[in-house]
Amino acid sequence: MAIFLNENSKVIVQGMTGSEGMKHTRRMLKAGTEIVGGVNPRKAGTKVDVDGVSLPVFASVAEAIGETGANASVVFVPPAFSKAAVVEAIDAEIELVIVITEGIPVHDSVAFWNYAEAKGNKTRIVGPNCPGIASPGKSNAGITPADITGAGPIGLVSKSGTLTYQLMYELRDIGFSTSVGIGGDPVIGTTHIDCLAAFEADPETKAIVMIGEIGGDAEERAAEYIKNHVTKPVVGYIAGFTAPEGKTMGHAGAIISGSAGTAESKKEALEAAGVKVGKTPSETARLMREVVENL
Amino acid sequence: MDLYEYQGRALFARHSVPVLDGGVATTPQEAVALAERLGERVVVKAQVKVGGRGKAGGVKLADDVAEVQTHATNILGMDIKGHTVEKIMLTVTADIDKEYYYSYLLDRANRTFLCIASVAGGMEIEEVAHTDPEKVVKRPIDAGVGVNADIANEIFDEAGFPEDLRTQLVDVFVKLWDAFVAEDATLVEVNPLVRTPEGRVLALDAKVTLDENAAFRHPEHAEFEDKSAVDPLEQRATDSGLNYVKLDGSVGIIGNGAGLVMSTLDVVSYAGEAHGGVKPANFLDIGGGASAAVMANGLEVVLSDPQVKSVFVNIFGGITACDEVARGILGALQTLADRGEDVTKPLVARIDGNNAEEGRQILADANHPLITVVETMDAAADKAAELANQEA
Repeated sequence: MAIFLNENSKVIVQGMTGSEGMKHTRRMLKAGTEIVGGVNPRKAGTKVDVDGVSLPVFASVAEAIGETGANASVVFVPPAFSKAAVVEAIDAEIELVIVITEGIPVHDSVAFWNYAEAKGNKTRIVGPNCPGIASPGKSNAGITPADITGAGPIGLVSKSGTLTYQLMYELRDIGFSTSVGIGGDPVIGTTHIDCLAAFEADPETKAIVMIGEIGGDAEERAAEYIKNHVTKPVVGYIAGFTAPEGKTMGHAGAIISGSAGTAESKKEALEAAGVKVGKTPSETARLMREVVENL
Repeated sequence: MDLYEYQGRALFARHSVPVLDGGVATTPQEAVALAERLGERVVVKAQVKVGGRGKAGGVKLADDVAEVQTHATNILGMDIKGHTVEKIMLTVTADIDKEYYYSYLLDRANRTFLCIASVAGGMEIEEVAHTDPEKVVKRPIDAGVGVNADIANEIFDEAGFPEDLRTQLVDVFVKLWDAFVAEDATLVEVNPLVRTPEGRVLALDAKVTLDENAAFRHPEHAEFEDKSAVDPLEQRATDSGLNYVKLDGSVGIIGNGAGLVMSTLDVVSYAGEAHGGVKPANFLDIGGGASAAVMANGLEVVLSDPQVKSVFVNIFGGITACDEVARGILGALQTLADRGEDVTKPLVARIDGNNAEEGRQILADANHPLITVVETMDAAADKAAELANQEA
């Protein structure tokens, strides 16, 4: 089954003809993702050859859906144009839009999120500033390396790309149903809680890894959700115990403000919800290994 | 980016929010000249990005130019909670009848904007929310609608502001929203927003945070950057397009991905407990590509920190496979040698992920005297901490 993205996902790439878009379209195709085209109004009607695969370029997301039956979009357009790209995807009522772009002004992210809400949340937004979704063996939409691991019982949700890859690598012999990179910005579409709910409902997923980091209170709220709604075992990891207050640590959302958003508070909340929290990524992998062995 | 009060005040003025006449000075002479222009009693305020300046003696009234001279001399250079006062703001004074609170901010949790308004201003709003919760109004603002006169009137009614101020306050609420949006702010806070005995409304303080991701559409915000207050190493890293934060330990850190680098800092701190309490010297994320050129720039910044005793390069090879990363590390050291840099600090490399074996083999074959390759992140952190402790 996997969550959000599977073998039936037909993916378009907004910003496919740019350098990042092109590079990752090539990778996603190689990973077996069904890419059905790209969107770029200035190059509409043309075709792009990607390693022998001819991909049509459409004028809009709506046209791409009409012509190909696309149900997911990956956005690689630069920050200045991302809001328009996401709004276009929402207007076209595509099921899923994954926003890879880093550096989108938060007013733009709030604007497209508020817009999606006003339109009844028909489109699931993942990101921005995220690596995307990988359902090994089924589909890979974004920039997650596809060859780290295969399909398996672990579901993963994370604010961080490289920590996701690290955990997938350490647990590569066990495998993953889906990994969702939700992104490191202060305002994101799909949350830890959305993923936890989907993993709980997904029969293929038997255990969940949740990776968080300093900033905001998403992990604390996720802990509350786990306590009340998640029956599958959850192992957690939080990065940023040694981060100083008031400094943005790489991700726009990774900042401790006063006493809010600390790693300690997140760890405590998760542990209070019965989640085993690893001290390091390796320990987290070990905890998950024990969980899987006892399933 | 948090602004100084004088910058926030200037930004308010630009959006026609009523503020007191004033200006900024960096020397007592400038302060005196400014006070002479203002021509009346003035308040001298230390400009620091930290609360509690009043208690620290950083806010003083001056009745004449001699007092301005005295206060400016005392306040400039003053230390307030570790922040040295480099600038003071002078404004004319206003008599205060009532103090209110008003702000717009980003509400991360609810993924929207929030307006907070209160008739009880002048103190910390968290405190008011605690003691008099009924006096604090919180209202989500939809980005698509914003704050127009209708919504401003609703906020006014809900917070229970005095009727005779309606026209002025509604106007201020709308203008503050315009400023919040036009400037890509994540916080615009006025505390206190005051009513004078004559019934005038004035913003007596200005706390503004701007979104750095929006800098590309605000070239004019560059003037707010305070280069003097930025750590020189951080400035150098910024100039090379690197994501770097200076910390006070001795283990230099280079990694790819914000989450992995944050995690690396933690793991090094834990490892340091067994090695004389050594700590990470910095946060440095060189991003996904991890090319030799970027690695060289990163290494150069980290190695130029005199506190650094050892360097831990922690890379997960994903799309950029580990053999490329290994060549990147060697290339970076070569680049530094070519630039004439004298690299003598030991470097521990942990590379994992795609083609990890090949990558480690490349480093082993190179047999570089400064590089130690360690297979796992935890063991590599331990080695880097041990080396930093030995060199200390």
